[in-house]
Amino acid sequence: MSVLEKVRPERTVTVRREPRLTDQHGRRVRVGELVWRYLLLLAVLALTVGPFLWQLSTSLKGPTEDIYSSPPSFLPAHPTLHNYARVADTIPVWDYALNSLKVATANVVTNCVGSALAGYALARLRFRGRRVTTLVFVLAMLVPVEGIVIAQFTTMRELGLNNTLIGVVLPGAIGAMNVLLMRNAFRSLPYEIEEAAYVDGATVWQRFLRIALPSVKGTVAVVAIFAFMGAWDDFLWPLIVLSDPSKFTLTIGLNYLHGTFANDERLVAAGTVIAVAPLIALFACLQRYFFRGVGEGAVKG
Amino acid sequence: MAVPLRVTNRPPARIRRQLPHSPWLFAAPGLLVTGAFVLYPFVSTLVNSFTDRRTLLPGRFVGLANFRELLHDDMFWTGLRNSTLYVLGVVPALVVLPLLLALLVQKNIPGITFFRSAFYTPVVASIVVVGLIWVWLLDERGLVNSLLQAIGIGRVGFLSDQWLLLLSAMAVTVWKGLGYYMIIYLAALADVPRELHEAAAVDGAGPLRRFLTVTVPAVRSTMVLVAALSSVAAFKVFSEVYLMAGPDGGPAGEDTTLVMLVQRTGTGLTGRVGYASALSVVVFLVTVALMLLVLRTDRREEP
Repeated sequence: MSVLEKVRPERTVTVRREPRLTDQHGRRVRVGELVWRYLLLLAVLALTVGPFLWQLSTSLKGPTEDIYSSPPSFLPAHPTLHNYARVADTIPVWDYALNSLKVATANVVTNCVGSALAGYALARLRFRGRRVTTLVFVLAMLVPVEGIVIAQFTTMRELGLNNTLIGVVLPGAIGAMNVLLMRNAFRSLPYEIEEAAYVDGATVWQRFLRIALPSVKGTVAVVAIFAFMGAWDDFLWPLIVLSDPSKFTLTIGLNYLHGTFANDERLVAAGTVIAVAPLIALFACLQRYFFRGVGEGAVKG
Repeated sequence: MAVPLRVTNRPPARIRRQLPHSPWLFAAPGLLVTGAFVLYPFVSTLVNSFTDRRTLLPGRFVGLANFRELLHDDMFWTGLRNSTLYVLGVVPALVVLPLLLALLVQKNIPGITFFRSAFYTPVVASIVVVGLIWVWLLDERGLVNSLLQAIGIGRVGFLSDQWLLLLSAMAVTVWKGLGYYMIIYLAALADVPRELHEAAAVDGAGPLRRFLTVTVPAVRSTMVLVAALSSVAAFKVFSEVYLMAGPDGGPAGEDTTLVMLVQRTGTGLTGRVGYASALSVVVFLVTVALMLLVLRTDRREEP
């Protein structure tokens, strides 16, 4: 399957000395290949995770320690949490984290509820205008956010919602992509189960809540995860809609911290660790769903 | 299961007839949000692009004046140049490197789940965090320069030179995107029949040859998808360059991208909404053109 793998059945006689490591097809993997495969993996690991560890290390270095030394020292000589306290003294980082949490949570709730409802209507209910409604969501999915932020901003001004957290949540509250994901999930359910409930006298709301929704929990989880990540990570839109520093989300707050205190990398490093740690923790717990979500919804750019 | 499941898009007649609540109630929240915050802004972007609207002034119809002004705006050409360069620099790397990475993590050897997750971490981390980490790494006195000095190359002004800064931002975009496209390729590689590789191996094809004659053709449509996704994303780049070059786009604004220009022109109390909308229309048009271009290439090469 892999180009790196060599199939040489005539040499199986010599394999006796090697550990019995097998791949997913039950074939033995040769030790030589394994060694350089792991070497490559470790090299990429250093490249992808190394920068985060360097940031963590910087955030733990004390004020007397030279963070610019050459050659660089990778471990803090006297690890301290002092920088984290100083970040909180410099900018209200915990308030910003709370704002981000509010925005992300609201985004999860609105996306899950709104896209499940709309997806169910599109997949399971008959009504005049259903095709047009589907088309509306497909078109909305194709509109690039970067092209409409200015108009979204003026819309928010007209509604009096600019510079509020509600204004941060609203444009992405029910993503068209999520509606279509839910529609596809509901479409693949067989009608028989709903028909039985209908015969028993269940209303459409009962069928939706009791039967259809529990059957698509996996997709709801995917929507929830991406809604949370998307809201927690968003930068351009909050940057445009928020002007009052007390309402900043974490991403905007960090940018502000960087602009104001760029001289002390320890502070900026501590701030970024605060911002990224919850996401990495969330990811570590839910990585199964992450990978499935990316595989399923590959179009989500 | 004993009973064959009927998967159809058509509700049975009995269910179709009985609709106690209007389906519109189900669709309403989604339609409302999409209409108010995506479709209405889209239409008003088109309309505004023909007006001289400002943040606090309603504006009047000025025809194609905004677009004519664009043609004479040096900043617009700088932005268009940088966004285009971004596509040219980022897309080839994001089509090829994640495929190689997917091949590396494809085989189920001990600990591979850990490596896959770890390689995905940059995707999960927010772009602001990623931007700030790399600003620190590429700083005049940062880690990369320390290492370069240690091996005798000397310090490089990654963030002070106009072109190096753009290249660094591209590298960061690629670095952050690797894991995402790796997963897409992993899904595609899982569908490549193993027999093809074995047949090629029996015919005496080495690893490189098998890669080119078996793997690449098998994942070609995925490569086109990745090219389409990454080129559209690259053309609209904002955060990486904004964070690394600063709000004004680096020395003399030379690193400004189109979306940075949209943001800078259209926001604030004196924002030129009309002019920024005309810029946005250009972003739309190029994005659509890129999509069509990439998808056309795919069709033409289809045997």
